[in-house]
Order: sequence, then structure tokens, then C-alpha cells
Amino acid sequence: MKLFSLFLSCVLLVSCAPSVSHNSGVYMLIDTSGTYREEMTKAEQIIRYSLSRLDATDSFAVARIDTGSFSEKDIVAKITFDDRPSTINRQKRNFSEQISAFVRDANSSPYTDITGGLLQAVEYLNEKGPAAKTVLIFSDLKEDLQDGYIRDIEFDLDGFNIIALNVTKLRSDNVDPREYLARLEDWRTKVEKSGGHWQVINDLDGLEGLL
Amino acid sequence: MTFLLSITPSPVLSALLWIVLVVTALFFARPTAHKLILETGRSLHKIFRIASLSVANAQTTLAERNREVLLAAGREAKERIVEREFHRINETVRKDLANYSTLHRNLSESINRIETDHQEAVDVPPDPPGWVKAVEAVAAIDSKDSRVGIGGVLGDIHKSLVKAHKEAMVAYHEASGKRHALLRKMRPEWREIQQTLDKVGKNVDSLLGRSATIDRHMQEYEDIVKGEDRAVSILSSSSLVFFFVSALVLVVAVGGATINFSLIARPMAEMVGGTSLVGGFKTADIAALVIILVEISMGLFLMESLRITRLFPVIGALPDKTRVRMIWITFTMLFLLASVEAGLAFMREVLLHDELATSALLRGDGSAVINSDYMWITTAAQMGMGFILPFALTFVAIPLETFVHSLRTIVGLVIIGILRLTSLFLRLLGSGFRYLSVLVAQLYDLPLFIPLWWAARDHGESRADNTKFQKVTP
Repeated sequence: MKLFSLFLSCVLLVSCAPSVSHNSGVYMLIDTSGTYREEMTKAEQIIRYSLSRLDATDSFAVARIDTGSFSEKDIVAKITFDDRPSTINRQKRNFSEQISAFVRDANSSPYTDITGGLLQAVEYLNEKGPAAKTVLIFSDLKEDLQDGYIRDIEFDLDGFNIIALNVTKLRSDNVDPREYLARLEDWRTKVEKSGGHWQVINDLDGLEGLL
Repeated sequence: MTFLLSITPSPVLSALLWIVLVVTALFFARPTAHKLILETGRSLHKIFRIASLSVANAQTTLAERNREVLLAAGREAKERIVEREFHRINETVRKDLANYSTLHRNLSESINRIETDHQEAVDVPPDPPGWVKAVEAVAAIDSKDSRVGIGGVLGDIHKSLVKAHKEAMVAYHEASGKRHALLRKMRPEWREIQQTLDKVGKNVDSLLGRSATIDRHMQEYEDIVKGEDRAVSILSSSSLVFFFVSALVLVVAVGGATINFSLIARPMAEMVGGTSLVGGFKTADIAALVIILVEISMGLFLMESLRITRLFPVIGALPDKTRVRMIWITFTMLFLLASVEAGLAFMREVLLHDELATSALLRGDGSAVINSDYMWITTAAQMGMGFILPFALTFVAIPLETFVHSLRTIVGLVIIGILRLTSLFLRLLGSGFRYLSVLVAQLYDLPLFIPLWWAARDHGESRADNTKFQKVTP
């Protein structure tokens, strides 16, 4: 009888233990400036891949990088998946359609505010509070701010995984590759200094370990 | 070490000095040290011996208990078998011998009919021909008076004779025909009697066979009641066989339950959500598991109510009316759960298709979605499995009962084996310590061989002196 009581207590204790969150949040920034606009099809491919990897209660948002990206208006589509499989499938299909429409109709922006987009991503993901936070930056990482925009701001990227995707080489990079390397190094330093984890994936065929 | 070797200017001298000092100290402490070593050995020997005896006693008690359990289980099983045999005999007697009066009447009637037919078939001798009297009349005529007319008379006689012969033959044929007809009528009666008697014979043989079986079981039952070693041995080996066979069947059942689980766990997420956790496990998985466990429980209760298993004596002892109600209730619940499972299996297929379509869309390959005309076969198969498996799992109750009953004996046997080994080990350990103490005492003496030799020499001389003295004194 004592043994049974002990067993029952253990079962109750285990079942009353606070549940640990296992969901993940993904925020994808898409550069729509200048010539990078031509890379949108690749961005759609990555979004679809990300959608296939995400599951119940995960959050996903896609935002464009334009002149002033620190704004909710730049969020193209966002979703937090339900915990019922049939609803998740429907949500994924709707999201995919929204992205297709965006890729088709997106306009090119004159400036590139990556820092503002990153700030928006951090704010969004902190609000959702997932267990794993990932920010995907689909850009050449060449920031071009309009006059008057201040982006020299401290980040708090503790617990964030920042992944730069398809960081293309600009014409000037080809002339002087040090520019490209310096750009990557600047972003890596900025992210790691803020407590985040930095990663670069240029080969889009090797997305298996992305999420 | 350096300090030890530096008590004199020469290290060798220091070492020798230390050796002499240590040997002297050991020599003087020898009786006490020997006593201590040997007593320690003896004490450890006693302690381990007592422990070994205690374990052996526990093993004996457990063996006795196991024997009682085994005999009780065997007794119960034999009682069930004998009860079943008596039930069968009762059924045979009720079914076949209850009609004995009808059977007897049928036989009597058949025999009466045969007797009647037999009476009627008796061979009647034909009447003597009419011409005998005519012959007598001819013989009485005087030879002188009637010689003339005798030819005519003989001609008449001949005619009468031929006519009488014809009539007699006709009558004879008619009579023979009737007799044969009667005999033909008797044939089915004989066959009927033979069939009836064969049937009776079979029933009697069956009864005799069953009585022989009961005799054999009763003999075994008596052996069990007497607690004979042979019966215990047979029961023990049977228990081992039952244990392994039932374990094998249970493994198969676990496989079935796993398939059942995979059929319903996925669609269950649609009902209770796919992410909520209880104690680190998905709620959907727990819900699916609970459904399967409830089905197994219902199956157990159904088997108990049908008196196929006897895991819960309370259910078996219920009044028949309540028991039948319980059968219907458990069966209805099983049926409902099986229907739910079939529905969930269908839902699983729908979800799978939906997921495949979404994956294909995300891959940008919308045409990859399979829309075969034969997909309904897999859907139907899944639904069928979802419906059948709960009923199949019902029969788990039978091997489970055997497993539980045989497990008691097997666990008992294993513990007895462990206790026996422990007892032997403790006994060996005790003896080992005893001989080790003797060995340690001998090793203690090893560095003291010089003083011991000296002491033995002195002791020998003093004994020799004493002997001399003793020899002189008388």
C-alpha cells in the first residue's frame, strides 16, 4: 500500500511539473533594395522550406527590408501555428499563398535598413517568447540608410540565432573582396557582441540544418 | 624511510637493527597476535555461517511457500478441468440419454413390427393335391369289373393332377412373393435399429472415454492433494512452459497494441492538440494509450464475465443476471471504442493526405499528390484494423492470466535460486575467512623463523630433560 502511494505521488508530481516550451520562432528579413529584388524567388524557396520545417505553436514572420524597416508595416506575413495538424496545414498553405503574392508584386526600395529590420525581428520574437529564436537575413548585408535615420543602437541578442542567407557579392566586392569580408566580419562582430550566434549560409542547396 | 635508515651511521646496520627490533617485538607479541588473528577468523566464520543458515532457512521457507502456491494453482486448475469434464458428461447425458424413453419405445416398436412381419412370413405348406383321393378310388376298383373304364379314369386323374399342380404352383408363388415383400419391409427396421444402437454405442463410448479422462485427472488431483514430489515436479515444469508461451503471446499482443497506438496517436492530436504535454509526454500520445488500455481493461472484464478467465473472483461470483448485463455493457463499450478507433484511423488517412498535399505545395510540386483510385483500399484496411484490433486485444486476457499465475512460481523459483547461491557463497566466505586466518597466522611466523627455531630447540631440550627426569623419578 505504501509502495502504491509512493508510486501515485511520483506520477502526480511528474504530471504536475511545469511544461517546458519547445516551440521556435523564426523571423525572416528579405532585402528588396536595388538589384537584390531579383533574388526574391530564392527567398520564396527558403520560406517554403522553413514552413515545411515548422510545426505546432511555432511562430513565423516574413518582413521586407526597405528604407525604414523598424515598423510593423514591413511585416509581409506572420503566423503562429495552431496545435491541430489539419489547421497547421491550412495555415501553411495560406501563408505560402501570401508569400507568392508578395514575391510577385514586391517593389524595389531605394534604401536598405537592415538594422531596423533586425530590431523589429528582436521585438517580435521577444513578444512571442519561443524557446528558440532565429532571424534569417536574406540580404547582401550592405546597409544603406537614408539621411536622418539613426541605427547606432545596442542590441540584446542573447538566445538569438542570426543566419545570413545568400549573401551575394556586389560588383565592388569583386573589385575589392576585402569589402565583402569586412562586411561579413562587421555583422558577425555586431551580433556576437550583442550575445547572439552568427552563421552564414550561401549554398541554398544545403538548407538541411537551417531549422 | 631515510630517517629509519639514519639511526646509525651505516644504513645496513640501521636496517639490521630495525629488523632485530621488529622481529623481537613480533616474537613477544606472537601469542596475542595469533589469538587475535585466529579469533577474528573464527568470528567471521561463525558470522557468515549464521548468515548462510539464515539465508538457507529463508530459502527453505520460500521453497515451501512456492510449493504450496504451485500445488494450490495445480489443484485449482485440476478442479476446473474435472468440473469441465463433468459438465461435458452432464451435457451428453442430458442431450442423448434424456431421450432414452423415446429411444426405447422406438426400439420396441421396431422389434414388434419385425416380429409381426416375421409371423406373417412363416412358410405355409401347400394343400395336398386333390388327386390322392382319386388314386385311392382307382385302387379300390375290382380289376375284373372295371378294366374297361380305367383308361378314362386315369386320363381324368392326369388332368386333375396337372390342374392341381398348376394351382399349387400359383399359390406357392403368391405366398413366396408376400413373404419376400414382408422381408423387404423388415430391412429398414433392422437398419434403424442398427443405427440407433450405433448411436447409443458412440454415446456410451464417449462417456467411457470421459470417465477415463476424469479418472486420470482425479488421480493427478489426488497426487497434488497429497503433495507428492512427482506432482510438484510436473506442475513446476508446466508452469515454466506456460510462462514462456504466455510471454511470447503477450509480446505479440504488445506488437498489436503498438500498431493500434500508431493508428490513433496522430489523429488524436486533432482532438486534444499536438503540443500540450503531461509529465513530459504528449497529451495526444497519452490519450491514445489510455484508449488502448481502456480497451484492454474492457476485454479483461468481458473475459471475466464470460468466465473464460478468473483474474477477478468478484466478477465470476456475480449472479448470472448481473454477469450477463456486465457482458453486454463491456461488449457495448468495446464496440463503441472500436468504432471510435475506426473513425480515428480514417481521420489519420485524411490528415496524411492533407499533409502530403501541403508538403507537395511547399516543395512547389503540386502534381506530386497521389490521387490513386485504389487509395480507398488502404483507408479501408486502416479502418478495419482500427475496428478489429480492440476485439483482438480482448483475448490478451487469456495469456495474461496464465502469465500472472505462472509468474508467481517463476519469481519464486528465481528467488530460491538466488538465495541458494547466496547461502553457498556466504558459507564459502565463512570457511575462506577461517582458513585465511590460519594462513595469516602462519605468515606471521614466517619472519620469526630464527627466534621460533631457537625457542623450539630450547623447548625440545627442556622436554628431553623432563623426560629424563620423569624416567629417573619412578
